Amino acid sequence: MTALTISNAKTSILPGRSGFFGRMSDVFWRHPKLLLFLMLTPPLLWLGIIYIGSLIALLLQSFFSIDDFSGLVNYEFTLSTYAQLLSPTNFDIIIRTVVMAALVTIASALIAFPIAYYAARYAQGKWKVLFYLGVMLPLWSSYLVKVYAWKLILAKEGILTWLFEKLHLAWLLDGILNLPVVGGNSLSVSYLGTFIVFVYIWLPYMILPTQAALERVPGNLIEASADLGATPGQTFRTVLLPLALPGIVAGSIFTFSLTLGDYIIPQIIGSSRLFIGQAVYAQQGTAGNVPLAAAFSVVPIVIMALYLSLAKKLGAFDAL
Amino acid sequence: MTSAVRFQQVSRHFGQVRAVDGVDLEIAPGEFFAMLGPSGSGKTTCLRLIAGFEQPSAGHIQIFGETADGVPPYRRNVNTVFQDYALFPHLNILDNVAYGLMVKGVGKAERMKAAGDALELVKLPGYGARRPGQLSGGQRQRVALARALVNKPKVLLLDEPLGALDLKLREQMQEELKSLQRALGITFVFVTHDQGEALSMADRVAVFNNGNIVQEGTPQDIYRRPKTRFVADFVGSSNVIAPELMAALGGEKRWASLRPEAIRLAGDGIEATVEHASFLGAATRLGVDLRGSRLHVMLPAGAPVPDVGTGIRLAWQPADIHYMDDAA
Repeated sequence: MTALTISNAKTSILPGRSGFFGRMSDVFWRHPKLLLFLMLTPPLLWLGIIYIGSLIALLLQSFFSIDDFSGLVNYEFTLSTYAQLLSPTNFDIIIRTVVMAALVTIASALIAFPIAYYAARYAQGKWKVLFYLGVMLPLWSSYLVKVYAWKLILAKEGILTWLFEKLHLAWLLDGILNLPVVGGNSLSVSYLGTFIVFVYIWLPYMILPTQAALERVPGNLIEASADLGATPGQTFRTVLLPLALPGIVAGSIFTFSLTLGDYIIPQIIGSSRLFIGQAVYAQQGTAGNVPLAAAFSVVPIVIMALYLSLAKKLGAFDAL
Repeated sequence: MTSAVRFQQVSRHFGQVRAVDGVDLEIAPGEFFAMLGPSGSGKTTCLRLIAGFEQPSAGHIQIFGETADGVPPYRRNVNTVFQDYALFPHLNILDNVAYGLMVKGVGKAERMKAAGDALELVKLPGYGARRPGQLSGGQRQRVALARALVNKPKVLLLDEPLGALDLKLREQMQEELKSLQRALGITFVFVTHDQGEALSMADRVAVFNNGNIVQEGTPQDIYRRPKTRFVADFVGSSNVIAPELMAALGGEKRWASLRPEAIRLAGDGIEATVEHASFLGAATRLGVDLRGSRLHVMLPAGAPVPDVGTGIRLAWQPADIHYMDDAA
């Protein structure tokens, strides 16, 4: 009967919790919303004041204009800065950036999908680890180092030219470089070079969300589709792609907006023509035209808003 | 007559694991065929071999006389009702049901009508506009059935389709499936680990164990004359009597089975002690100790139930003793 001797000890259904932390956890247990409030307030304040606040400040700046003679900001409401944005030179910058961002996004999606598909469907154990390592590893090194490394790879005396020569394919490279608009003296000073580096740098941001979306597609849906008579191509179009679309759209938000805002890659690699990021940098720095810089920064925000509403309309988030 | 499905020495090995190991099988057209067995016995792999999701490592499969070797699932006139239904979450119910016709290029008006008819067949008319997530488990199961049947398959494969339903719904679906199969005349191949389900629905049952078929026959056959100890154990609640006890009771020294309802209480029978009694409604099941072995006895409702701990005397007809092989 040893098991019953504990009844001599002090027993209680409600043993008191001692100490500050004990009482705190009891309070939180009874008021779960209090804990939620305490956890969410700091980040919400940060996002609300620092982020949204500065965004609004920026937006307001774009409705001011600069005095051409004194170079001082004239704090009166005007749309003249936006009119300036539509001048041929500035509008060219916008078009150039948007087209580049769109092409980078499409190329990233095309390259990312097979990699993400393999990782989600087939890779297991150490192959999965290898996949994550392979995708993330480029993110561990400095962005600037990678871009300069690409400059060396793409330069006229660089390894890529050398490789094409060794493979007796120099004519191919020359042919590509002779293409109008995208070509140039060498890859490192052409739009094509800018494009290649953009795709390389932002690719992980497309692969990871796509892979996460594909991972959530149950394998038996693919089997069910085949069972109902769909060829692999039909299954891809009617089941796999619609279900992976939220992930691809999430990835495209990254690649698209990051390309829209970047000012380092086009400065180091490419023809010297400006992109939006460079224009913002130049306007608020050397030119001191903060209103125009602000107006330029509004462009990516508007484009992303349009893009997302279009994606929603096309049903990209229906499978969420 | 050609068989609906025919396995000739079919094996499917996954590395060292022999999931299916030399199975011979014939399923007649229009038959309701059940594959019964514990998990890992190879029954589901057999179903996947018919569907084409797996290819045999050895042997041949014929579907209505045509060889299925190397034929992908989307070229087989065979449809599957999946265990967890596998409905497409991004399509509404009507589009789910019409999917098979859509990929085959049937015009929109025609396939929508056929899908609507199929939903009516499974008693879900008017549910077409909803999403799979808005339906209950039982309704999703009917949609999965409609989605398969709309293609007019030659063989319908059902992979534990009732496993996720509660008892009441399951019994109702059992009856509906059976009458649907009779009305449509389609060959049904039904995989289950539930012996009651297999026995109540199927025309013929194959009992699987360790990648092979242990016994094949009508439900009555399997229930009354289990071939091996494994079948007697797995199918039904039969008493399995060890050879030693059988010899001591005056029978042959072999494994035998004896159904609980074949045992009656009789004044001149063999002595046993009641250890347990459970009331089942239509009957009372006694657990009795007979010379160290636990037997079950089914008493019909209305019969007096002896108290636990009392001695009783048991008797049965010699014909009710069924001898079987020791093999698994």
